[in-house]
Amino acid sequence: MENNVVLKMRNIHKIFPGVRALQGVDFTLRKGEIHALMGENGAGKSTLIKVLTGVYGKEEGEIFLDGVEGAVAIHSPQDAQKLGISTVYQEITLCPNLSVAENMFIGRTDGVYQNWKKMNADTDRILKSLDIPAKPTQQLESCSIAVQQMIAIARAVDMDCKVLILDEPTSSLDEQEVAKLFKLMRDLRERGVGIIFVTHFLDQVYEVCDRITVMRDGKLVGEYAISDLPRVQLVSKMLGKELDDLSDIKGEQKAYVKEDGAVPVLEVEGLVSDAGIKPFDFHIDKGEVNGFTGLLGSGRSECVRAIFGADRVTGGTVKIKGKNVKISKPLDAMKNGIAYLPEDRKIDGIVGDLSVRDNIILAKQVLRGFFKPFSKAEANKIADEYIKLLSIKTASKDTPIKSLSGGNQQKVILARWLFTHPEYLILDEPTRGIDVGTKIDIQKLVLKLASEGMSVTFISSELDEMLRTCSRLVVMRDRKVVGELTGDDLNQNKVMSTIAGGDK
Amino acid sequence: MQTNEAKKSNESNFLMKIVKNQCFIPLAALLLLALFNLIADPSFFKITLGYNSAGNPVLSGFLVTILDSGSELAILAIGMTLVTAATGGQDISVGAAIAISGSVLLRVLCGSNSRPETLQAPIIVAFLVSCVVAMLFGAFNGVLVAYFKIQPMIATLILYTAGRSIAAWINNNELPVISDTTFTYFGEFIPGIPIPTPFFIAVACMILIGIVLKVTNLRLFTQAVGINESSSRLNGLNPAFIKVLSFVILGLCVAVVGLIKVSRISTINYSVIAKDIEMDAILAVALGGNALSGGKFNMAASIIGAYVIQFLTTTLYKFQVQSDALPAYKAMVVIMLVVVSAPVVREKFSSLTKKLKVKEVA
Repeated sequence: MENNVVLKMRNIHKIFPGVRALQGVDFTLRKGEIHALMGENGAGKSTLIKVLTGVYGKEEGEIFLDGVEGAVAIHSPQDAQKLGISTVYQEITLCPNLSVAENMFIGRTDGVYQNWKKMNADTDRILKSLDIPAKPTQQLESCSIAVQQMIAIARAVDMDCKVLILDEPTSSLDEQEVAKLFKLMRDLRERGVGIIFVTHFLDQVYEVCDRITVMRDGKLVGEYAISDLPRVQLVSKMLGKELDDLSDIKGEQKAYVKEDGAVPVLEVEGLVSDAGIKPFDFHIDKGEVNGFTGLLGSGRSECVRAIFGADRVTGGTVKIKGKNVKISKPLDAMKNGIAYLPEDRKIDGIVGDLSVRDNIILAKQVLRGFFKPFSKAEANKIADEYIKLLSIKTASKDTPIKSLSGGNQQKVILARWLFTHPEYLILDEPTRGIDVGTKIDIQKLVLKLASEGMSVTFISSELDEMLRTCSRLVVMRDRKVVGELTGDDLNQNKVMSTIAGGDK
Repeated sequence: MQTNEAKKSNESNFLMKIVKNQCFIPLAALLLLALFNLIADPSFFKITLGYNSAGNPVLSGFLVTILDSGSELAILAIGMTLVTAATGGQDISVGAAIAISGSVLLRVLCGSNSRPETLQAPIIVAFLVSCVVAMLFGAFNGVLVAYFKIQPMIATLILYTAGRSIAAWINNNELPVISDTTFTYFGEFIPGIPIPTPFFIAVACMILIGIVLKVTNLRLFTQAVGINESSSRLNGLNPAFIKVLSFVILGLCVAVVGLIKVSRISTINYSVIAKDIEMDAILAVALGGNALSGGKFNMAASIIGAYVIQFLTTTLYKFQVQSDALPAYKAMVVIMLVVVSAPVVREKFSSLTKKLKVKEVA
């Protein structure tokens, strides 16, 4: 093994039913570097990581580790852990009903005997050294998603790893937490740990990484030093084509103008739910795209969930086209032409074991009622239509949705709601954890739907995405609406200062 | 050459499809059991036409017994499959519920007299009343599971414990006896038809559930709720209602089996009737390769599973295994079957065959 190299993967092949997920991929990680693994959804990043960590077997190829003679065999995550490969996945894979300390040490002791006192003390020391605001005895569930994520990282770090894999660790962290994580990553780099960093945030890659490996369609595109690869080139390599769609889309939205006399598609007053938001007012006109913005936990999602009846509504009035309606459960909202793409795709969106076809027809099927099922032929036709319309990448319409990549799962959920032909579409973080290409697809689709008369509320953690698509932004802070921006005010600085509030 | 190879791969594709079908394992088990009997003692398959005490032509033989008793299990398997799929749990109060519905049936037929000369109510009325009662008890279980979020096994443990006493109480702890012979038609034979009636009832139930699955969204909604409750709710479904519905359907199945059971002996034994039948019904679902943790289900596979279990029981009886030792033998065979049909093993198996195929191609 060459000097400094801590991990070498050579000619990795992996086949899923109907899909060649990896085709002869090479990957090299050196000591003390942060190495970004980039690629669109379905490029094979996650698959490569899962092969490396023993979650999946591989059809072909070899893996070499520093200090180990010959190719290593990794058949299970336990094997990987023993070899010093630790992972923090995109979705938190800890046990929510165990304590923080138990989560830190679960699966790491072979013996029957467990020294609880020492375990809690050790956990406390680790948490303090990493500045994580959690107590060892606290139940993991009671921590925020961000803290849970950091605990997962702390767990991996504590296992003396040589290779640390961070798979989309920042997608649910706010800026300060990201900064903390980066500090931690740099510390680990100093200590000689090799870090594989999978992310969709280009800024973060250029902020913290030393090297980039780009993958596309299950193949290796290349490995580059960060200084040799400007952003534009990175994007074009990921997409496999020169693309200036990003600039194309800019400025397409019109400034929001309140038309006199026009009845809003939806108008709510003093709406409040049991999810802990303050009562808020909100309205949306026909063909308008607006959005809720604010920091993580500011109550963006809770607002739209209240509108859709996903949380229990405890007060306020809702008017659809000027008519008072009562929305106490999602079905009421659906019957009033509202569709809601939820924030958490895995928990609230997909029905994992069901086929792509069944996932597409589900919402419409519920609307049609218990006694009016689509025939198999109808369902197939619908599925084909939407798979083509949204260019969903799937082996077939019978494939269980859980075996699709994240971006394609999201497209299926989108297809599900488009098929209900809503007048008002709520998209809560539709682009989280999905690739640049699909992101642009979705943004374009939103604008196209709006131009056809659909009203859309768009929520995203990425501000520039919101600025590109929305003509009006409702700003939230601490579970309260604190402002509404439109026209010239719709710029990064103004939004930031409104979010921050007051003097900033 | 080319076409030859294509044909070969087509053939192996076809084979793979059969092997991967969820009905394959229970069917294969059925075949194996049949084969075993064929080799050990072909007289197992002998069916004779005789006459029963009422002078009607009846078929008898081990196969007829399987068709007869297996039908009860098949009917229960229908309901149990739905409960399993929707709630990811099982109803263990089925046997006790059969005792209750059977007791209600007798109570309505006999009125206040425990040994009436004539029936006090039409059988159909009595049956409908027992259906309503069984469905109410099903709803009781369902509400505990769906609204109070109690684990299905624990929730149904209540009725499992109390059911047989309730059944006895309904008839003041007396044992009513029906003397009307038409009542025996449901559990035994209809004059002139030598095939046991329970089989026809089971076939009717299968056709009914087949139609229901075809013309309603029961399958899609039940599976969606069983796989992802939270997502189902956001798609406008009411998961609690679907769960209760599955228990109510199982209640209906219970009432049907209650009718068969009571009709067989024209009376009831509260502590023995349908004893441990819930375990066989759950096994039928598992044997059908359905995940006991809920979600996707295959109704046909469960039904075949029910007959496999009866086939096994009858085979063991045939070889005069002592009735005390019977459960142990049964358990051994069942463990084998369940392990083989477990999704984990099936996956391993299909990846193995795929590997073999890849090698073949290479």
